[in-house]
Amino acid sequence: MAEKIFSAKCGREVRAGEIVVARVDLAFAQDGTGPLAIRQIEKLGLRGVARPDATLFFFDHASPSPRKELSDDHVFMRTFSKNTGAGVSEVGAGICHQLVAERHAAPGMLIVGGDSHTCTAGAFGAFATGVGSTDVAVAMALGQTWFRVPESFSVELTGRFEKGVFAKDLILHLIGDIGAAGATYQALEFSGDLEALDMESRLTVSNMAVEAGAKAGLFPADEITLAYLEDRGRSGEKLGPDPGASYQRSLEYDLGRIEPTVSKPHSVDNTALARDLSDVKVDQVFIGTCTNGRIGDLQIAADMLAGKKIENGVRLLVGPASRETYLEAERHGLLRIFVEAGGLVLPPGCGPCVGVHQGALGSGEVALATQNRNFKGRMGNPEGFIYLASPATATATALTGRITDPRKVTT
Amino acid sequence: MNLLVGKTWVFGDDISTDHIAPGRHFHLRSNLPELRKHVLEDAREDFAKNVKPGDFVVAGKNFGLGSSREHAPAIIKLAGVSAVLAQSFARIFFRNAVNIGLPVILVNTSGINDGDELEVNLEKGILKNRTSGKEASFPPLSKEMMGILKDGGLVEHIKKHGEITL
Repeated sequence: MAEKIFSAKCGREVRAGEIVVARVDLAFAQDGTGPLAIRQIEKLGLRGVARPDATLFFFDHASPSPRKELSDDHVFMRTFSKNTGAGVSEVGAGICHQLVAERHAAPGMLIVGGDSHTCTAGAFGAFATGVGSTDVAVAMALGQTWFRVPESFSVELTGRFEKGVFAKDLILHLIGDIGAAGATYQALEFSGDLEALDMESRLTVSNMAVEAGAKAGLFPADEITLAYLEDRGRSGEKLGPDPGASYQRSLEYDLGRIEPTVSKPHSVDNTALARDLSDVKVDQVFIGTCTNGRIGDLQIAADMLAGKKIENGVRLLVGPASRETYLEAERHGLLRIFVEAGGLVLPPGCGPCVGVHQGALGSGEVALATQNRNFKGRMGNPEGFIYLASPATATATALTGRITDPRKVTT
Repeated sequence: MNLLVGKTWVFGDDISTDHIAPGRHFHLRSNLPELRKHVLEDAREDFAKNVKPGDFVVAGKNFGLGSSREHAPAIIKLAGVSAVLAQSFARIFFRNAVNIGLPVILVNTSGINDGDELEVNLEKGILKNRTSGKEASFPPLSKEMMGILKDGGLVEHIKKHGEITL
């Protein structure tokens, strides 16, 4: 599929390993990478961007800003956007990857973002990849950039998840199997019986492709994709790999055999089963982020929490991924359930996942989060310990104070 | 930049961008000289203070995994490091390093000890360990990447050529 998308963009057949210059359909940066990208555009001697309508700046990493230095970065980005006509997604709108999913992504698009989790939009059959500030600056300024067409790594899925098991468990399990560098430089491509994975589940899986080193995490665009787009007044066409497409490596998974899975500190590929970690006490549970802060994720948590209280001594933070998610959660009464259960609701944004604000860990503290990374220092303290899991496992853990297999909690 | 000489700082596998440029210093991203004071802080506390211009960062597998923050290679370069040597690199870090003009070398680093003095010929792909006397070869970077490195990074490369040339 990667070769197919690049061939369409280049107007000729291209093959894995080739270096090509291709026009990008969307280039974006967030408030951590945007200021440097803008300075690089200025260093290029350019004052504008090639296509303002295909250039976006998001405020999500420090949102709202906790410090004057970051407020100044925000001012810098707003001023540049105003002067160039580039789009701005303000504080409170949500996380860049969720907003790209809600508003922009479509099958066959070529998207670069100054954020490693740009691969999230691969769920739509878009070739979306994370790049640094200089790369995104070049893409914004010139409307095109260079790529090495990646080899593809096939992951074929069959079966259905058991109750209490979700897409997050699948992707953690896969990364545990192949390792944090298991797909470096490659495009992970998911295929098989994909009816079990709705768009939100696919976004969770694609989001974490980079945690296996992959350049992209691609799903074919099928009826489920088109229905999601139609719901939001957008359209697209089906897109899948050609019959007989070749892959550098292929794996198969039966979803029915996946169990609730957890990544242990301090690497994503350090996985274990939730049921084997019941002696791990947890201080903070965070449900949110571009990985698992969507409405389906919050619904799972609310269904498990309704009428209950979280364990004494545990802090529960819930962060809707976008304003749309926040409003929908409010309409369905989910926010009230979180607060009544003893949790707190954060504004839409990256929250504590990047260690900037809103829930930094104390030294020696343990967090279980639905985010995508648990590197040392990730949540603001190198003396903290981070476990990663699904929203269901996170909620079960908030209820008991110890890492808990969600299948043990009745709803 | 052909012959690089310096002492080594040895790191392990899976050094992430959170080790290199921790998120708690996020507010310093527009102040790289300040952020540089914390470079690799969460991997080795003694590094930022004691690294000397010309020194090498030597690591194991998957160096630079994680976020796309270009500030990570930028502050390694700002600290005066002449090159990063590793068994393997994460994709985005590798590309970012080339884009900002920091040489990255894929080479077997297993026999290199902390404090060894190395001599690296980037174009020929030769690594001499002056301390141990051992010599190793590595695949030189592609012509395109060497071109970007020699110009001092992608921005300077484009300014020089007026467009993206490969």
